[in-house]
Amino acid sequence: MEWSWDRIPAEFVVTNVMLCRGGTLAKGRGFLHVRKGRIEALGAGSPSHEGIPVLDAGGMVCAPGLVDLSVHFREPGNEEKETVATGSRAAAAGGYTAVVTMPDTDPAVDNSGMVRYMIDRGREAGLCRIFPTGAISPGRRGEAMTEFGDMVAAGAVGFTDDLNPVANGNLLGNALKYAGMLGVPIITHPEDQTISGRGVMHGGYWATRLGLAGMSRAAEDAALFRDIELARAAKGHLHVAHVSTKGAVAIIRRAKDEGVRVTAAATPHHFSLDHARCRDWSPLFKTNPPLREADDLAAIAEGLADGTIDAIATDHAPHTATEKEFQFDQAPFGVVGLETALAVGITYLVRTGLLDLGQLVACLSERPARALNLPAGRLEEGAEADFVLIDPERPWTVAARAFRSRSANSPYLGETLTGRAVATFLRGRLTWRDEDGAGAS
Amino acid sequence: MNFTEKAVIMNAKEMNRALERMAHEIIEANKGVDNLVLLGVQRRGVSLARMLAEALRRVENIDVPQGALDITFYRDDLSRLGPSPKVSSTEMPFDVNEKIIILVDDVLYTGRTVRAALDVIMDWGRPQAIRLAVLIDRGHRELPIRPDFVGKNVPTSQREIIKVKVEEFDGKLEVIVGEVGEA
Amino acid sequence: MILRSKDVLGLEDLTAEEILGVIDIASRFRAVFDRPVRSVPIMRGRTVVNFFHEPSTRTRISFELAEKRLSADIVNFSTATSSLSKGETLRDTAENLAAMKIDMLVIRHSSAGAARYLANVLACSVINAGDGPHEHPTQGLLDIMTMRQRLGDLRGRKVTIIGDITHSRVARSNIWGLTKLGAEVTVCGPPTMVPSGLDRMGVRVEYDLMRAVADADVLNVLRIQLERHASRSFPSNREYHRMYGISTDVVKKLKPEAFIMHPGPMNRDVEIASEVADGPRQVILDQVANGVAVRMALIYLLSGGDPGALAPAAAQA
Repeated sequence: MEWSWDRIPAEFVVTNVMLCRGGTLAKGRGFLHVRKGRIEALGAGSPSHEGIPVLDAGGMVCAPGLVDLSVHFREPGNEEKETVATGSRAAAAGGYTAVVTMPDTDPAVDNSGMVRYMIDRGREAGLCRIFPTGAISPGRRGEAMTEFGDMVAAGAVGFTDDLNPVANGNLLGNALKYAGMLGVPIITHPEDQTISGRGVMHGGYWATRLGLAGMSRAAEDAALFRDIELARAAKGHLHVAHVSTKGAVAIIRRAKDEGVRVTAAATPHHFSLDHARCRDWSPLFKTNPPLREADDLAAIAEGLADGTIDAIATDHAPHTATEKEFQFDQAPFGVVGLETALAVGITYLVRTGLLDLGQLVACLSERPARALNLPAGRLEEGAEADFVLIDPERPWTVAARAFRSRSANSPYLGETLTGRAVATFLRGRLTWRDEDGAGAS
Repeated sequence: MNFTEKAVIMNAKEMNRALERMAHEIIEANKGVDNLVLLGVQRRGVSLARMLAEALRRVENIDVPQGALDITFYRDDLSRLGPSPKVSSTEMPFDVNEKIIILVDDVLYTGRTVRAALDVIMDWGRPQAIRLAVLIDRGHRELPIRPDFVGKNVPTSQREIIKVKVEEFDGKLEVIVGEVGEA
Repeated sequence: MILRSKDVLGLEDLTAEEILGVIDIASRFRAVFDRPVRSVPIMRGRTVVNFFHEPSTRTRISFELAEKRLSADIVNFSTATSSLSKGETLRDTAENLAAMKIDMLVIRHSSAGAARYLANVLACSVINAGDGPHEHPTQGLLDIMTMRQRLGDLRGRKVTIIGDITHSRVARSNIWGLTKLGAEVTVCGPPTMVPSGLDRMGVRVEYDLMRAVADADVLNVLRIQLERHASRSFPSNREYHRMYGISTDVVKKLKPEAFIMHPGPMNRDVEIASEVADGPRQVILDQVANGVAVRMALIYLLSGGDPGALAPAAAQA
């Protein structure tokens, strides 16, 4: 039977692919057999499948659907920036089939009703799996604990107050203990705000030169150290949402060696861009944690390579064009990342020789899924057929109008990156196809 | 743009003779040099004013006060010319009020420089009278301005350029006519 | 052409030649101050907008005076009287200004980079009158002009800047300009007020005041913003004055010809003792006069049209 992109059949075989799983890229060509939304079989070679439609992938890499541990979909409350539907579209276009949403919506996701709402909105969009996190404290005010148990029952996969780091150590310690009992992590953005103060970028030469208030590494390292000691004492699971300093990498490495249950992620911008990018005061480079220095970037790449950092998470943070027209010190923190993460990884980690493609794919799929115990990111027999076909050689230029996200506040605008998701499948259904995707025909 | 020299229209001797004659005319017109001051327009007008002063001294044996006028900040063609990187200074070592000022410039052309010079003088005070002395009048006036003392009338085309050379800046005394064309 | 750019946003962007060119023109304008009529008509019929998004009395008055002495038409526009609030972005403001066909914009803004942003958006010339802690190029130029009037060539001269370097746009503009002219710059203040990375900007950092000023030719004493510090960067005004204030005792240890500058307004008996502020070593009023001249020079130099449009014989008018 002929393959048709217009009508994806319930059963089909993708042939002529380079299977990428378990941190390794297969040496030879292989196949993937999908049936009723599940992976029926996969492996090397190209066994005959009489009467089943065949998609010849032309040598594309076939990877597990990517998993993002940190996205801000802004719904409800700031639908002008993003919605669950537009965010899901962006995720699919980036090769993602699962995302973990942050609870910093308005109102915040701080009760089971909101958790269910997020899951329902994700289902309606139908383009990727939504795993919501809940807030640690009502309204993310850092005063008391939310109903963790109720929210976990509704589907929450962890708890975080995100950019409002919990200042009260006792509350965070209790949250770690309580979440530990429920088998879910506490996710933190380590920042001692009494240290970072009114900082808007990394504290260093460029902040000095540009006359912008700096955020020192100490703000992140000190807060992380506290969070880890609380996790050690609570025997809970701490997940660090986005590591940006060399010190933080070292602290996590040691904690892991000592048996503390800590996992961590880093964003693509923190291993690819340094603070010099702020030199023209473009708010597209304003992130929290801020873009740091060359040795921090190197430490993060090393942390990803040796497993100290479990995952690459985008921290996808859409903002409207208007907000990014504000002056640097007035503009909000954050950049979009879902549609560029894979290419930034290939461009800055694989093509530079810091990671091989197998490792990168694992950092974007299997390792994040494992870090947060998510039923996703598995390319194996019997698993749901979430996968992505990747052209790792394909150069493309990042253009604002091409974003599927409702926002285009990307620090890579105008940059030519290499590697792209050419087709994304969720439960065997096509959620994204690159229209000029050469090869997969 | 390149400048092609076409002819020398005055040599040093002729220039000196013309200035000598202008000095006599000035004395004649003012019935002496009392109350008279010379004000040269930067930069070559200043040299000519000095030469005129020397001529006056030779004739009347008296030193006429001299000043220098920079008109850069008074031009009306800033947008066409752009700001000048060569701004000279105005030197007014006397009170202009109630003086008879002989304004001295090298070439009189559209009259805009003189217009600007009059404005500068007015900002310094209220002279009794202002007279205009130019070495060359080349015509093509754009303003109702007329010289009182002229060294030489030289009919020109608008493409032509008159260059007055003086010792201080050019190392010699002469007046040449040339043409500017696209290279 | 003295200035290459249509804007003056910071001394970081200017070459040594441009800085000296501006100062040379400024000294011509200073001569105009001594005449009965202290204005010239060069900017007649042109409109300059003074857009002050942050309160400033001195700089605004100095700019206004410079513009008036050049006979420009002036529109003053400050946050209190404009619609600029959280809702309106700087781009909106810029587009409004552009629609009004102004010739030049002078901007003071609390955000670093605001002047650059407007310069990129607007076709007219933009002069930065201070953008957050980033740069204050006219202050830098007037400081350098004042130093050159006394010292001539600044190559090898030692300038010490004392105070809150972290938050000072005056310090940054001085550092860029002075290092370009070959001066040796030392910054001095408590470590809480000296940011990291200054060595990469070519300056020496010294926390001990006496060591910082011992061989200095010039002291540029910055204003301490008392409201900003309130017991965070230094314990008290008294202690600051004792450790970093320019007292008569400090002055006694200076080289005999060394002089003292201050961008104003002064906190007497905090960063500078009253006796010193009123003493023979200070040149503060020269700075004020030079400030007007420097601003006139910049406005004049930025005001020309395209000099490439020069007609062949136009020079002989």
